[in-house]
Amino acid sequence: MSARSRTPSERDPAQQAAHFRYVLRLADTSLVLGQRLGEWVGHAPALEEDLGLANFALDLIGQARLLLTYAGELEGRGRDEDALAFLRDAPDFANLTLAEQPNGDFGHTIVRQWLIDAWQLEIYAGLLRSADSRLGAIAAKALKETRYHHRFSSGWLIRLGDGTAESHERVQAGLDSLWRFTAELFAADEVDERMQAAGIAPALMELAPRWSARIDEDLQAATLQRPPGQPYPWHGRRGVHTEHLGHMLAEMQHLQRTYPGVRW
Amino acid sequence: MSAVIKPGGAAAREQAIRALLAEVADPEIPVLSIVDLGIVRHVRFEADGRLHVGITPTYSGCPATEVIRTAVRTALDAAGLADAVLEEVLSPPWTSEWLTSAAHAKLEACGIAPPQEPVSSPRRLWNAPLVPCPRCGSRTTERVSEFGSTPCKAHYRCSACREPFDYFKCL
Ligand SMILES: [Zn+2]
Repeated sequence: MSARSRTPSERDPAQQAAHFRYVLRLADTSLVLGQRLGEWVGHAPALEEDLGLANFALDLIGQARLLLTYAGELEGRGRDEDALAFLRDAPDFANLTLAEQPNGDFGHTIVRQWLIDAWQLEIYAGLLRSADSRLGAIAAKALKETRYHHRFSSGWLIRLGDGTAESHERVQAGLDSLWRFTAELFAADEVDERMQAAGIAPALMELAPRWSARIDEDLQAATLQRPPGQPYPWHGRRGVHTEHLGHMLAEMQHLQRTYPGVRW
Repeated sequence: MSAVIKPGGAAAREQAIRALLAEVADPEIPVLSIVDLGIVRHVRFEADGRLHVGITPTYSGCPATEVIRTAVRTALDAAGLADAVLEEVLSPPWTSEWLTSAAHAKLEACGIAPPQEPVSSPRRLWNAPLVPCPRCGSRTTERVSEFGSTPCKAHYRCSACREPFDYFKCL
């Protein structure tokens, strides 16, 4: 359905390219994380968690659809949500590196989910005041869903962290292995700076301490140790990915690549 | 729902179209119409002379959204409004508070417990809300699973009559 908000960036090509890129990054993080959660279907430790992760996968892919459709319009090259999801190669994906990391065990998946939920809570809340009303509307919808995701992921983080010796050890190991990807969450580049200057995106610098405080609060309740800071920021949002994304896309895109334009 | 909407004043026609949409069933909970669900946001003839119908998705990833769009299109086509414009309205986002009071009664009548608490309550989700049994009214019920037969429902069991039931979550 049609775009109705018009923002100043649509008149300046460099600004419009940054706007496209900004929305694409949000879209790809939701899409890739949603696809990862979908891999749990039929494999989760209990039916309730199986259904829960599938529900969140649906929410995330739904958010990605809204964002990809919008990104395609901003780009103005006629690419729709399906073209963007299924016909791009890994270097053209702009998701957070954290989102593409493999599922590991349930505790590992919960840590990845919780770190990104806490990030999306800040980003979407910040976007409620965006000068881009369409992005603000998508964020309002996504924020409601993300609160629910965070309640689930932080709930499990606490249960596992403050659970048995083995669950504690496993979830701490998941945290230790994934923590290095968190440096990317609030590392602003020229896209973020342009969007912030235009009033479209919130200032990442202001969001970082709030994210950090929420993380510390949950970690304390979960009796888990926050790993030391990791200076290397990774660059998934700039298209430089770990080897895991390509494998994930091979599965996700297989059908559309093999039978272009196939429909149900 | 095949009655063609007769020419007439815009207000009368819009009312007739609302009545038409009140017969379009939600594909996941067919006892509810899309009007009961509170997802029809506007029905109006605009300056372009065409009917504009605004529909909001319940959740970003709700699998029923496409089915609902098709059903609305079919109903409007049948009513002679093939040029109607369907608009997706995202703001303000849908919550279970948009369910009409008729929806609550219809849910209860078909054995699904309607949402129990205001959306802002901190008790929901992890701390399962107290949900009376839609069959016997007992308040001694327990949550079996936070996730039920569709994304909007949780699974409960009544300790009094021993029957399982669905609960439409507060979201
Ligand atoms: Zn009962």
